[in-house]
Amino acid sequence: MSSAESGVRQNETALARQAFTEQLKLLSLSFPALLLVGFIVLIPMGWLFWLSFLDADGFTLAHYERLLHPSYGLTLRTTFELAFLVTAVCVVLGYPLAYIAAQMSPRAARIVLLCVLFPFWTSLLVRTYAWLVLLQRRGQLNTWLQDWGLTDAPLRLVHNFTGTAIGMVHIMLPFMILPLYAAMKSIDENYMRAAANLGASPVQAFWQIHVPLSLPGLGAGVMVVFVLSLGFYVTPALLGGGRVMMWAMQIERSLAVYSDWGAASALGVVLLVITLAMLWLFSRLTGAVNAAAGGR
Amino acid sequence: MLRRPATSTQITHLQRLWLYILCGLVLFYLVVPTLLVIPMSFSGSRFLSFPPETWSLRWYRAYFDSVEWRAATSVSLQAAAWTTVVATVTGTLAAYGLHCSRLKITKHLSVLLVLPMIIPVILLAVGVFMLFAPLQLNSSLTGLVLSHSALAIPLVLITVTAGMRNFDLNQEQVARSLGASRPRAFVTVTLPQIRNSVLSAALLSFVVSLDEVVIALLIAGGDMATLPRRMFLALRDEIDPTIASISTILILLSILLLGLSQLLDRKRSK
Repeated sequence: MSSAESGVRQNETALARQAFTEQLKLLSLSFPALLLVGFIVLIPMGWLFWLSFLDADGFTLAHYERLLHPSYGLTLRTTFELAFLVTAVCVVLGYPLAYIAAQMSPRAARIVLLCVLFPFWTSLLVRTYAWLVLLQRRGQLNTWLQDWGLTDAPLRLVHNFTGTAIGMVHIMLPFMILPLYAAMKSIDENYMRAAANLGASPVQAFWQIHVPLSLPGLGAGVMVVFVLSLGFYVTPALLGGGRVMMWAMQIERSLAVYSDWGAASALGVVLLVITLAMLWLFSRLTGAVNAAAGGR
Repeated sequence: MLRRPATSTQITHLQRLWLYILCGLVLFYLVVPTLLVIPMSFSGSRFLSFPPETWSLRWYRAYFDSVEWRAATSVSLQAAAWTTVVATVTGTLAAYGLHCSRLKITKHLSVLLVLPMIIPVILLAVGVFMLFAPLQLNSSLTGLVLSHSALAIPLVLITVTAGMRNFDLNQEQVARSLGASRPRAFVTVTLPQIRNSVLSAALLSFVVSLDEVVIALLIAGGDMATLPRRMFLALRDEIDPTIASISTILILLSILLLGLSQLLDRKRSK
């Protein structure tokens, strides 16, 4: 009797062990990818962190102290200003488009989404180049503006803040529209019908029912656009013409021009911390929004 | 038509005509400026305008005659092809393993694998540059492929995991109870059913690598200069009209890839 019991127990432990090794084997399938990401991303990030506290004599905070210089403050301000502006414009342009697309027939919505996906799949450089050509002093836009008598002299549209913002909104807009569209598509039409039935004006129904229900999508879009904008390099470097100094450009410059590893790594750590802090903040906020929406 | 209600809150199409106009303008802004490059690339003069005053293939000849541009294109295509292989294989394996395994740690591992998408590219570029210097991987195809694969793995993971969610894992259990080994069950039962997600993921990895500028800017010097790197440098110094012809080719390529991905998507949803 007892030997049979212990036999059963032995069987059970053997089975459990087998199940566990099976799970481990499955898990090990992810090791090549983890190894690659660990090697390319984690080790260098750790090293960067380490370097930012190091100089010839050992531990130091000098690299961070230097960041207190006003010129870095200006860069940080430009970076945040541009990120805020780009995010705000993306919301203003993206929300209506996602709203209309979500109400269209599947076929029409498909065409609209293709138009949104097209820039997504087109090379970033190609799009930036297009803006460079269109916006330059003797470019197409200035020619048209003057032909139509809207301006007398060519406007400065590129190699400045304006040009950078125009190009960056173009790059970021799909990141805003796609999550918004997904969120709006999942809103039950009956809520709006019920609101109208209960006497809400269309404007009231929109602001009190549709907007709150679309907030998760809006939150996701805002988060992605804002965080991507903070670390953006290519478009500001080309369309800013050296007049718009973003944090990412400061990092590249301290390496390429001054070969200053200490400064570059300190700048990098600051960017990383800001990015992660923003992500944390947004996920807290959208979590709160989700909870509030669920409580309704 | 315009007076008919557009929504269940009885707003008519006429009342929200402004909304349609705004949306039209936004779509115009998204699509047209990029497409204008295509006719401009056939311009005969150094100064590109729309419509071109004279038509010629001058800038296409400039591209195909240039050894540097051709070499850069070849490097980019090689890097993109290898990245597609590495990222799709490792990413799909990881997506399968993490999806099927019931250990608690999988959640954290997925977050780790998505990190390359969250960390600003400039930081990855600086880090990779530093890491590759002692290993002499800077200005090498291996270095490019490794770093581009790290960028592409999150996208593969997300795309394939989404595909796995629509697949009933019991089918694989059935195959195994009938005597197939796990690898065999995966290849003959699971893989054919998530095929379209895997192919979409492969397309995405290809595009990610082909489009990547910042890492290439730091690590791909000399013979290993990629197409985006050369384009970036050419754009920063002066606007070389040859870029218009390259851009046109890239736009046509992206339209082709977008069409393919849509086709895969449609098949997947069927």
